[in-house]
Amino acid sequence: MIEADRVVATICPYCGVGCNLQLHLKNDYIYKVTAPFESVVNHGNLCVKGRFGYDFIYHPRRVTTPLIRKTPQQPGSRTQAFDLDEWRVVSWDEALDYTADRLVEIYHRDGADAMAVYLCAKATNEDNYLLQKLFRALFRTNNVDHCTRLCHAGSVVALQQAIGSSAMSNTAAEVIQNDVFIVTGSNTTENHPIIALQMKAAVEKHGAKMIVVDPRRLELVDFAELWLPLKPGTNVPLFTAMAHVIIEEGLVNEKFVAERTEGYAEFVRSVEEFTPEYAEAVCGVDRELIRRAARLYATAERAAIYWGMGISQLSHGTASALSLIHLAFLTGHIGREGTGLNPLRGQNNVQGASDMGAMPFHYPGYMRVDNPENAAKWERAWNVEPGGLNRKLGLTTTEILSHAHPGGVRALYIMGENPMMSEPNLNLTRHHMQQLEFIAAQDLFINESGAFADVFLPAVSWAEKDGTFTNTDRRVQRVRQALPPRGQARPDWQIIRDLAQRIEARLGRSQSAGWQYTHPSEILAEVGRVAPEYAGVTYERLEQQGLQTPVWDARHPGTPYLFSEGFPRGRGKFHPLEFVPAVELPDDEYPFILTTGRVLEHWHGGTLTRHSHLDDLFPEAQAQINPVDAEMLGIRDGLPVRVASRRGQIVLRAAVSEKTSAGVVFIPFHFAEAAANLLTIDALDPQAKIPEFKACAVQVFPAREEELAKPEIRMERGRY
Amino acid sequence: MSNVTLTIDGQTVSVPAGTTILQAAQSIGAEIPAICYHEACTPNALCRNCVVEVEGARVLVASCVAQVAANMVVYTRSPRVERSRRTILEMLASAVDLSEAPDIQRMMQEYSADAQRFPQAERREIPLIDDNPMYVRDYSKCILCWRCVQVCADDAQFTFAINFSGRGYETTIGTFFGKPMPATTCVFCGQCVGVCPTGALKPKSEWLLEQGLSIDQVFAATRQERTGAEKRTRTWRRA
Repeated sequence: MIEADRVVATICPYCGVGCNLQLHLKNDYIYKVTAPFESVVNHGNLCVKGRFGYDFIYHPRRVTTPLIRKTPQQPGSRTQAFDLDEWRVVSWDEALDYTADRLVEIYHRDGADAMAVYLCAKATNEDNYLLQKLFRALFRTNNVDHCTRLCHAGSVVALQQAIGSSAMSNTAAEVIQNDVFIVTGSNTTENHPIIALQMKAAVEKHGAKMIVVDPRRLELVDFAELWLPLKPGTNVPLFTAMAHVIIEEGLVNEKFVAERTEGYAEFVRSVEEFTPEYAEAVCGVDRELIRRAARLYATAERAAIYWGMGISQLSHGTASALSLIHLAFLTGHIGREGTGLNPLRGQNNVQGASDMGAMPFHYPGYMRVDNPENAAKWERAWNVEPGGLNRKLGLTTTEILSHAHPGGVRALYIMGENPMMSEPNLNLTRHHMQQLEFIAAQDLFINESGAFADVFLPAVSWAEKDGTFTNTDRRVQRVRQALPPRGQARPDWQIIRDLAQRIEARLGRSQSAGWQYTHPSEILAEVGRVAPEYAGVTYERLEQQGLQTPVWDARHPGTPYLFSEGFPRGRGKFHPLEFVPAVELPDDEYPFILTTGRVLEHWHGGTLTRHSHLDDLFPEAQAQINPVDAEMLGIRDGLPVRVASRRGQIVLRAAVSEKTSAGVVFIPFHFAEAAANLLTIDALDPQAKIPEFKACAVQVFPAREEELAKPEIRMERGRY
Repeated sequence: MSNVTLTIDGQTVSVPAGTTILQAAQSIGAEIPAICYHEACTPNALCRNCVVEVEGARVLVASCVAQVAANMVVYTRSPRVERSRRTILEMLASAVDLSEAPDIQRMMQEYSADAQRFPQAERREIPLIDDNPMYVRDYSKCILCWRCVQVCADDAQFTFAINFSGRGYETTIGTFFGKPMPATTCVFCGQCVGVCPTGALKPKSEWLLEQGLSIDQVFAATRQERTGAEKRTRTWRRA
């Protein structure tokens, strides 16, 4: 029996649930992880990643010294270097000086528009705040974005337009107070496992009724009252048909609509054509199911909606999310306990990174960059001369890469992201990466994107630094250092601070923007002085328990659910919608719809989990295919298939199951050897700029065993 | 909800109807020792260590499930209760490896239980099961408290991967048809590991560290490095 040297309370670094952890350490090794049963977030429960997925910290391939590429890279012909032999081990001083020299050289030559940065929803609030400050205050650019663009940008834009705020309106644990709740576009069981436990308990123990709207027969369907298996990319007609039924059958909450919303009359006219019969034809869902779902939701005392990427990752992701928001407006299921609109945020700190201004349109606290008053506030905070900050909206994640050409973006700083796995149409992404003049990567491993870099700055994992994460229900929680940094790796905020000081000196700015931090708490205090939602969030208060933003002052208790009094924009705004189909629909040549997503055992681009024994549990990519399609194609479970789109092709094993509907192929995007994003389409939502990961057309053929990247691997698992 | 007034160890207590005797006792600081009981699990009255004496009741009452009643008179440490608890602990110790169950060891000290009282008892010696990358199962240490089964079922995970198997002395916790864990519905959340009171379930990394492996060796053992040259078939065998 091992006696722990110490037990450190911290927060899980994987998904947005923000589970509380206790790390048990012996000789700086995390040998066991437990969860406090009194935690309001996870009540002692964890998922496989949260409980077992931390051995990547000790992986021999983890990079713990700064590196510079041996062969200088030229724009247009950049190559990937995964092998350490292609890199030179250098001191921190050399790495930081080199990075500062190159960035400043490009800035002086090509100006602010040539600079861009990917921030990181895995990193802390403090890390993200500091890096966007570096690029905004020193390089005067708003080309600042992170992976929220690839996950919930559609939801964020829709919520901003309709409500004026963009977070979950409820506390996750409130799900047990719902009488009825809709889960749509979210495989909650695998992607927010602890919220899924609460959903199942709500149904099994608290009498709630769950409506699942998803093209896949998810595990949650076992617990659902209704399952509406719609075709990918048909959210707008389905939910608008529900609105049609609610209006037609007189189930509208007239008082709420009159007092709290605007644009209703116009909206009513716009839904006339969205009859359940029309929706049935477009979505492939029985009209009676649509009616029953509408009645169930509208007549509940307390109802809420939870949604994931299936809503937002579409070329009409904003419209999709709006179609859900309308349901809440019509019925008044928002602003009371147990009612609300809840985009389930993916990453541990995607809410926090967004709050910290890791977006091209906003400063920290969602202050628009094109509003001169906001800019003036941050100019004062950062000692920037009046008018010095850039008022122009910056480029988004996907646009940054598509602008990688002479006269466009030349330098890209990547903190912890992996666009070479997470962007759509990876062959095109590869081409864009090759065009860049300078790339700096700050990460734990040389992943598919870091391999393109000129300089690699070894950062620490979440267990080796202090900071805060803000989870999906806006709870700011304290992340505590449990072990010293491995090798020469350094906390991200220190790397950014030291780099910023060097850049500022080279730029010869008369006044310093302020980079003298000795602890992350000083960074968070700086955020709170300007961003009102964080004014009352301090490390002292976070010691005991997390605080849910907004926290308006030092005594404010935090905000478990939003909009009880009103919406930030005043009245909730209805937006009449049109049905715009997915950009690429199946045809004779490419007859299947591909939809991508994740599995329980892995995390996104796989930088962490594929360097963990989690990869032993789920070692291979699989294409989920419905038995009807498999029969037609002559494919059996476990046999290799080639899946091809107009942009690329991959070979992987088929998993034949009814978990996916006929005509739909599902492939997770974690696996570099069969990267689903080689197939996806780089069509963007016009407002949110989120790519259409959830629908494109593919063809499927049987393939040969030897065409598999790793034919020796064959997973046998019993889980659903 | 109306309150119920009763007497516990001579003290008058008033608690909401529906409260268990265990909770009522806790509210006045009278700690009742319990083994199978866990705050996150539905109580099942399996271990019988939480029994108390209730005036007028024929047998000792399991306080984790028995609810309070008006004018009940409860003794949490009467000689009869103490003898019962001591005997339960001695019987557990006679058959099960309790070396990693500090709470139970403390109880044994407190109740002067003699671990050697039943020297002829057959010990439960079951080979350790190492059939997955995440955790090991050492059922020689299992006291059948049922917490793991409950959190796998509807106390937390709704996964239903494990249950009791066998009867009487042969009873163990197992998977359906004795399948290796990866072949079951298990999602490796480890809720079961989190509530195990005796170290029968533990993370594989912890177990390997106990075997004297260094951190690097633990890393290598828990993760089969895959290189292009390496051939490997992933099949799981029953240990």
